[in-house]
Amino acid sequence: MTSAFVIEQILNGVQFGVMLFLMAAGLTLVFGVMGLINLAHGSLYMIGAFVCAWVSGWIGSFWIGLVAGLLAAAAVGALMEILVIRRLYQRDHLDQVLATFAMILIFSEGTRWLFGDQPLWLDIPQLLSGAVDLPFGVSYPLYRLAIILVGVALAIGLYMLITKTRLGMQIRAGESDREMIGALGINIATLYTVVFALGAALAGVAGSFVGALQSVQVGMGEPVLILAFVVIVIGGIGSIEGALVASVLVGLVDTLGRVFLPQFFALFMEPSAATSVGSALSSTSIYILMAIVLIWKPKGLFAAHD
Amino acid sequence: MKNNLLKTLSALAVSTAVGVGGMASAMAENVKIGMITTLSGGGSSLGIDVRDGFMLAIKQSGRTDIDVMIEDDARKPDVAKQISDKFIQKEKVDILTGIIWSNLAMAVVPPAVRQGVFYISPNAGPSALAGKACHENYFNAAWQNDNLHEAMGGYVSAEGHKKPFILAPNYPAGKDALTGFKRFYTGELAGEVYTKLGQTDYAAEIAQIKASGADSVYFFLPGGMGIAFMKQYSQSGVSTPVFGPAFSFDQGILAAVGDAAVGVKNSSQWSKDIDTPANKAFVESFQKEYGRLPSLYASQGFDSANLIISAVEKAGGAKDADAFRAALKAAEFTSVRGDFKFASNNHPIQDIYVREVVKEGDVLTNKIVAVGLKGHANAYVDQCKM
Amino acid sequence: MTDTLNRETIVNISLAFLLLAAPMLALALDEPFYISLATKVAILSLAGVGLNLALGYGGMISFGHAAFFGVGGYVAGISAHHMFEGSDFLGLFAATDQLLLIWPMAIILCGGLAILIGLFSLRTTGVYFIMITLAFAQMIYYLGISIPTYGGEDGLPIYVRNQLPVVSSDDPLTFFLVCYALLMGGIFLSSRIIGSRFGAALQTARMNEVRLATVGIAPFPVKLTGFVLSAMITGLAGALFAELNGFVGPSMLSWHRSGEIMIFVILGGVGRLYGPLAGAALFILLEFFIGGFTDRWQFFLGLILLGVVLFAKGGLMGLIAGRARHD
Repeated sequence: MTSAFVIEQILNGVQFGVMLFLMAAGLTLVFGVMGLINLAHGSLYMIGAFVCAWVSGWIGSFWIGLVAGLLAAAAVGALMEILVIRRLYQRDHLDQVLATFAMILIFSEGTRWLFGDQPLWLDIPQLLSGAVDLPFGVSYPLYRLAIILVGVALAIGLYMLITKTRLGMQIRAGESDREMIGALGINIATLYTVVFALGAALAGVAGSFVGALQSVQVGMGEPVLILAFVVIVIGGIGSIEGALVASVLVGLVDTLGRVFLPQFFALFMEPSAATSVGSALSSTSIYILMAIVLIWKPKGLFAAHD
Repeated sequence: MKNNLLKTLSALAVSTAVGVGGMASAMAENVKIGMITTLSGGGSSLGIDVRDGFMLAIKQSGRTDIDVMIEDDARKPDVAKQISDKFIQKEKVDILTGIIWSNLAMAVVPPAVRQGVFYISPNAGPSALAGKACHENYFNAAWQNDNLHEAMGGYVSAEGHKKPFILAPNYPAGKDALTGFKRFYTGELAGEVYTKLGQTDYAAEIAQIKASGADSVYFFLPGGMGIAFMKQYSQSGVSTPVFGPAFSFDQGILAAVGDAAVGVKNSSQWSKDIDTPANKAFVESFQKEYGRLPSLYASQGFDSANLIISAVEKAGGAKDADAFRAALKAAEFTSVRGDFKFASNNHPIQDIYVREVVKEGDVLTNKIVAVGLKGHANAYVDQCKM
Repeated sequence: MTDTLNRETIVNISLAFLLLAAPMLALALDEPFYISLATKVAILSLAGVGLNLALGYGGMISFGHAAFFGVGGYVAGISAHHMFEGSDFLGLFAATDQLLLIWPMAIILCGGLAILIGLFSLRTTGVYFIMITLAFAQMIYYLGISIPTYGGEDGLPIYVRNQLPVVSSDDPLTFFLVCYALLMGGIFLSSRIIGSRFGAALQTARMNEVRLATVGIAPFPVKLTGFVLSAMITGLAGALFAELNGFVGPSMLSWHRSGEIMIFVILGGVGRLYGPLAGAALFILLEFFIGGFTDRWQFFLGLILLGVVLFAKGGLMGLIAGRARHD
């Protein structure tokens, strides 16, 4: 095992984490500001990927597809907020769960209806294909490197938006005291729609980027949704910093667990037994991580507010 | 987009037309077939191909004494079981077919065949049903799950690769796959990795492949997992040749994998370029009927239907179970894959080909380059006491 | 108020009667298949009754009840497996095919598991509780997938249904009646629990833990007990479900299943005794009948569910029986 190998795996973990952050950020914002559990967040990720794949296939440019994916997800998000979600803010979490679960069914089947049953093809843009050489003899796919950079840039952008702009101030006000923003004369309805669409756009971007790395298919949003929930719970619900730290943590634990747990067990077990015990344990590593964090800190690492 | 809707509708129209046509002349002796397959959600493309292939054969036979009922299992074992109960108890079917996934087959097949219903598998072939839990009313018209992996193990060996790296998801079919591979590849391995089921990011495994000094890679990652793996592998700068079973390189899925798949060798019991009149006619008529190239699954659906039709013909219906069973076992139909007969455990004895992914114009497709295993049965024949 | 209460009682009795009448009618019309559909409704309702105890009355939104449902199922499946193979469990215990032994085993095992999960999970509240219960269920799910002895992802078929004394569990109607009786038993038990001093404490814990603490009752043991009882009932339902399907597999442990049981409860009406029955019946019937019409049934199911949430506050029971007493 060389240091290049270890560095590469750490990069893989970070890249995975950054992608998770884009999903988790929207989820945690919506929960923090509106107090809404949105199970259909994964559908927005799927919509981003499908529109990106469809548009890039049609026009022949990944970048236009990416923009289309982002806009489509944001538009669907805004529409969803106006038509359905805003009726749910006053309801308890359980009604929100049922309503957004119903929306998963509608979106999944609707997508299949529109785009057909086969997975769609979406390829990495030419500009970012291939691998690059990094220091310490690491050779790393350029596209993954780009994802890390874009993700970090978006995280910084989001941070600036929330701390430095008027919208951000309203969002923060909304997180700490929902009645307060109404009193300040802010149009709550518009603010909520904007926040929801912002979260949807981030999910759409994540879907488009990841779509080029995997298959664009119905149901792709659900596993990511669960992971994003794990992230926001570990990070502390409503906390953007928490979501960032937790995403990278989850990304690293999952990736490094997959690689090193079987090798660790091989130190004192027969190879075949080590492989199966290690693989079984690494499948659950992030859930174990979540359980440990919550037992230690029942409100996540960065508890935003009670 | 619209096109897809239309296609689905026309496929449905065909299936209803056949059903209605069958009913119009319905006599007490009509053969009733219940098809349980996955038509919604993830993995629905496999079920749709099986259905379309199956219905094409029924349509071509021109028979009005066969009724086919089709229902969606949504890939849930309990839903599949419920539909099979309905087919058996309410519709009193003679034959069940259609299931794509091993875990659904394990829920449906054993109780169904014990009630005297016939089950013809167009896809799933779990080892239990080929071995200890085999049954005289269960016939598999596709393959035993290990077949394609065994063929590839043999081929990788024969090609002189000395250090393959092998990976599969951590579940029984994944373990069976790699065991099957190792049954015919007996040399040294560069590594053996089991991934999480449903995993979509393979960066960590690809880095392991790179670090292991492997001279070849064999993977079994069905569905979206395989698409993700191939796309990521092609971007990683690793050039070690890749081998796989047909599932990740078949017609339906190739478009989603893209150019990353070109040149990959994969094992399959069927290919669209098998040079027999039956196969040519099948490919042509399938394309004409549905406007797309047939997949492996479509060929399996087509063969399953033709197997049933041949037995109905020979036994004069399905009511005389012993005659019908003997007629199925004789398998007197022209399989689109070429030679086909049943081993003693009712699983195929067939040639497994090695295909290479090529580009024909703009379309990715497969071309046969070798025969992996000739007249191959399966490893569980001895365990089956019928 | 007494008016709505009466209405709820009438609705409850009607629901119970309808479920009992359905298989009789099916038999009279020579459509025995509907008996197994009714049995499925009864069993999944029982799973919902279990969850409702934690979720509806105790305010513990568990997203991990599939763990108990599945473990209950595996107890039945593993017993049948060893019975069929003629082997012992872990080489220690002799297998049994007696449901009267298997059910208590499932219940006790799920109770033990719930103590373990509850001890950790109940330190958290709200969405954190939802997610930590999911985490534990996922651990068990991946365990189920990767144990080859019991079929892993392929699951375990139950070739021969486990047996009851005197009556034949193989007879569909008998099996339905057994499941129905257990469902009614579960509902009765729930109502007794809720009406008891413990039940009052449990409901107070949901609404205001501090108030409970001020009267000298520690909330933690109350909630843990509620959680464990809930898990036991759902575990029993799992054991029945495995027998009904003749099959147990990891799909019984998956988070989709947890979600589905939760949907039954919410759809029917949270914290209503017969809510899970109403919810499960509607969901299963919709799934079955729309599924017969179109492959796109999930789309329409989604629309209907959405309609229920938006326009029927308090789920189906809220719609047909009026608002719940405790609101």
